[in-house]
Amino acid sequence: MNNPADLTLTDLRDMLDKGDVSSEEATRAYLDRIEKIDPKVRSFVTITGEKALEQARKADKVISRGEASPLTGIPLGIKDVICTKGVKTTCSSKMLGNFVPPYNATVMERLEAQGAVMLGKLNMDEFAMGSSTENSAFFQTRNPWDLDRIPGGSSGGSAASVASRLCAASLGSDTGGSIRQPASHCGVVGMKPTYGRVSRFGLVAFASSLDQIGPLARSVKDCAVLLQAISGPDTKDSTCLPQPVPAYADACIKGLDDFTIGIPDEYFVDGLDPDVEKAVQAGIEALASQGAEIRRISLPHTGYAVATYYIIATAEASSNLSRYDGVKYGFRAEDYSSLMEMYKETRAKGFGAEVKRRIMLGTYCLSAGYYDAFYKKASKVRTLIIQDFKDAFQECDAVAAPVAPTTAFRLGEKVHNPIQMYLSDIFTIPVNLAGIPGISVPCGLDSKGLPIGLQLMTGHLQEEKLFRAAFNLEAALDLDISWPEL
Amino acid sequence: MSKITVSEVEHVANLARLRLDADELEAFTKQLNEILEFMGKLEALDTSGVEPTTRAIELLNVFRDDEAKPSLSVEEVEQNAPQSEEGAFVVPRII
Repeated sequence: MNNPADLTLTDLRDMLDKGDVSSEEATRAYLDRIEKIDPKVRSFVTITGEKALEQARKADKVISRGEASPLTGIPLGIKDVICTKGVKTTCSSKMLGNFVPPYNATVMERLEAQGAVMLGKLNMDEFAMGSSTENSAFFQTRNPWDLDRIPGGSSGGSAASVASRLCAASLGSDTGGSIRQPASHCGVVGMKPTYGRVSRFGLVAFASSLDQIGPLARSVKDCAVLLQAISGPDTKDSTCLPQPVPAYADACIKGLDDFTIGIPDEYFVDGLDPDVEKAVQAGIEALASQGAEIRRISLPHTGYAVATYYIIATAEASSNLSRYDGVKYGFRAEDYSSLMEMYKETRAKGFGAEVKRRIMLGTYCLSAGYYDAFYKKASKVRTLIIQDFKDAFQECDAVAAPVAPTTAFRLGEKVHNPIQMYLSDIFTIPVNLAGIPGISVPCGLDSKGLPIGLQLMTGHLQEEKLFRAAFNLEAALDLDISWPEL
Repeated sequence: MSKITVSEVEHVANLARLRLDADELEAFTKQLNEILEFMGKLEALDTSGVEPTTRAIELLNVFRDDEAKPSLSVEEVEQNAPQSEEGAFVVPRII
């Protein structure tokens, strides 16, 4: 029998249900690969092998009774920003280095209810702030396609682990592109749902009006299955949408007749790597070959999105991260003589440079005298960006564009230039500001052999259209890309 | 857009309850100026008559019945506390 770690989630499901492989065997296969491969890729912060095997044995009993759910016995990795009861949840920060949540995030409750197996917690940029996973306080996760390059971020561990076949699929979080950009750089499928589709309860907050949890996997259908499992209303998150959850995997059907795809002029601009542009164009042609009508459109305020985002996201972050004061949980500095000093020392020593920079920026943008010029102004521009998409979806079902202007850059290349780093999210940020869903689907390799992703976006709660377009792109391209050998 | 000075950065750091050392203060002043200059491009955009977006989704009040439900025990909550005693968090003397 082939190694079960080489199967997609959907194929592993079939094998489990037929009794061709047990969840315990699959889980052991993944744990073996993690032991061999992860010392090179370094995607896991915490490996929960014993717990995983226990969950797998329990799942095998459920499967043998014929009572399996879509994720029963499927080994998954979880970004370390999602609270897991009894398992350290660090956000790759010294501040939460020893934090063991006494409760589960809602998404973890849902995975556990289905009998999914958790292999461990995945590395990320500290508090999900970054585009390269270089801001992890612990260690650097590497791109499995070229170990001298970044895996993207902030869900770098989530993308690198799926690409290295160290888990069947993973969960990440996306505030400005943190699922889609690393998925693009690592050659996997990564999806950010509509804001409010997935409960944020137990997701450590970065920017509350932008954060969403979403799936990363080796196929579009795998993403659809995982999203379905974690979506839906939650009494613990009042921003979670009440609409029922459709069967997303059923939306993965061939054919794009009566489907219009918009190509925004503003996403094909100077600075877009020619190899990326070529692969994205090939992807657009593939969509057309499935029957889609391709139409040029305009999203006129795209050029303002990065500035808008870094005001809104940092303002929300400065407020959210004020909770780390060394009192109730997390790190506390040792040397202080007053309460004020304790706060300041704790935050000085507990946070890394990028987190401090964003707290400073957000605090400044919200401070007396600057609120109108920055935060209020950005909130108005956000309205214009939302309107751009509303107008666009009057004339098309989905928008297709690049995910990132380049393929994975080298370790250290942008680490000393915050603006350059921020601009790597230029094409993913508008989706978060508008609260709409977006997905990154592999569409080719550049001349260096590095993966390139094509981004699809649809309107609010139009996940089925998104999966349909993504599934057709994947099927039409039928890329003959073998996974990186490690 | 006017330049942010070192003393303003110090003021913001105090508001954010961050102690910055001299090197950080210098680096942040330079970087914040670059970032704020980049953000200044929004000034050129006419937003008169545009309503600010104040929520990510168009949801109004979400109500539920006010029912008592089990919550975390004091022991569970205390487990992550840097310092606690008899069910209370311990901090330096403030009075």
